[in-house]
Amino acid sequence: MINLTINGLDVSVEEGSTLLEAAQYLGFPIPTLCHMEGLSPYGACRLCVVEIGEGEKSKLVSSCTYPAEEGLKVRTASARVVRARKMIIELLLASCPQSKTIQDLASKLEVRQQRFRQEHEDCILCGLCVRMCEEQMMAKAIGFRGRGEKRSIGTPFDIKSDVCRFCGGCIYVCPACQLRCTYNEPEKAICGGCANLSPPCVEIDRFNDMMCYMDPCVACEIEKD
Amino acid sequence: MKPSDVRVILNKYEEDRGGLISILEDIQAKYSYLPHDALKIVSEETGRSLVDIYGVATFYKAFSLSPRGKHLISVCMGTACHVRGAPQIAEEFERQLGIQSGGTTTDREFTLETVNCLGACALGPIVVVDGHYFSKVSTTKVKQILKNAKDRLDKISIEKDRRIFPVEVSCVRCNHSLMDPNFLVDGCPSIKVIVSFENKHGWLLLSSLYGSYKVSSEFDIPTNTIINFFCPHCNAELSSATACTACGAPMVPMIVKGGGMVQICSRHGCRSHMLDLNGINF
Repeated sequence: MINLTINGLDVSVEEGSTLLEAAQYLGFPIPTLCHMEGLSPYGACRLCVVEIGEGEKSKLVSSCTYPAEEGLKVRTASARVVRARKMIIELLLASCPQSKTIQDLASKLEVRQQRFRQEHEDCILCGLCVRMCEEQMMAKAIGFRGRGEKRSIGTPFDIKSDVCRFCGGCIYVCPACQLRCTYNEPEKAICGGCANLSPPCVEIDRFNDMMCYMDPCVACEIEKD
Repeated sequence: MKPSDVRVILNKYEEDRGGLISILEDIQAKYSYLPHDALKIVSEETGRSLVDIYGVATFYKAFSLSPRGKHLISVCMGTACHVRGAPQIAEEFERQLGIQSGGTTTDREFTLETVNCLGACALGPIVVVDGHYFSKVSTTKVKQILKNAKDRLDKISIEKDRRIFPVEVSCVRCNHSLMDPNFLVDGCPSIKVIVSFENKHGWLLLSSLYGSYKVSSEFDIPTNTIINFFCPHCNAELSSATACTACGAPMVPMIVKGGGMVQICSRHGCRSHMLDLNGINF
């Protein structure tokens, strides 16, 4: 067992657990986006930042990737942490304002206004789908490509992957990707999950409006003016 | 592309299948780009997933997934070159070749790319064509550069061509100058080194002109032999861990007077060389 202090409370957690696991086990809420049980920690979204150390030496680390250490002093909701999280979710919201998951997280973190220009990206590069495909579906059909601002997720050469089984796992875990479901171009689609499930909207021509994360599926009924 | 050729490259890395970048570099050296099928074979043979290989291939700017031209033109867009008009030079190249930066002409002759800094800011704007440097380029010189590039390097006259310039080198170990003013090769003082191959041991005089391949030697060296180079002053072997990008033989390093390194391929007949000024690899 490892003894550490979380928010001033002396606790002991099992060896090998991360700060996020420790905090969640003890009931301290930490918002997460790119973390999912069953997938390896990735530390991409930085939403789960916590402050470790004391005084001048304190720093922000992502709790999902930071292992619990003996004697560590952790604060999961200090002013600095809250400020950092708010900024992160604001930026995420600006890049993906259409995402329900991000909207919910933003309102939970009490972000009431958007200061940044909305980009309407269809991906926040959280890597959930890549890890889902590799670790749970054992397929490795999709992965990261390029780097910098050209970094994207998809199949090699943008063609249908031989190892993809159309399981739809990538779309299931995606917090942002309604636009990536390109059923009208099935050869280029990441998974074709919606083709499998045959939602009612496939009969309608305007696939561009399809938002398959919506429940019930009504998005395709909305007329675009 | 022949699958057997890719397998030959892969067999070279039989013991170290982790060296994915080296494998991709070799494939790129052979085909000037990474063919789709070649990556598939690499994936099958090494057991890595195609996604990972594709990720690496798209991550590094040195790798290209589309065929490249015979001649690679790199226009420096670093700050110093930029303020001296590099964007106009790049535009001029784009107009004359009829391609965008990053593109290849339809006849597969030229590939144009912009690079961020070549580290020779004082000589800017710089344009590199097939590893040869053109300094203080202006838009009016673009046409001449393209013409020069089309002519093969062997045919050009050493006196006139700006791609060829003399370098003064010294031993990497003792820093003693390797220049021999008593023997002239190409009309310039030669570089004298001791070489050994196949139980033979003797001197070798290299042309000090960067871009010229003239040598004069005590023995006839058969083509394709890998030669060991030694300093005539401290007798240390001139060797580096770098392998030739063209043939895989070890490269021979020498210090360039004024800062930097030049590396030549140790295989007789291989024409690969590298100039590295002030630590920035061109």
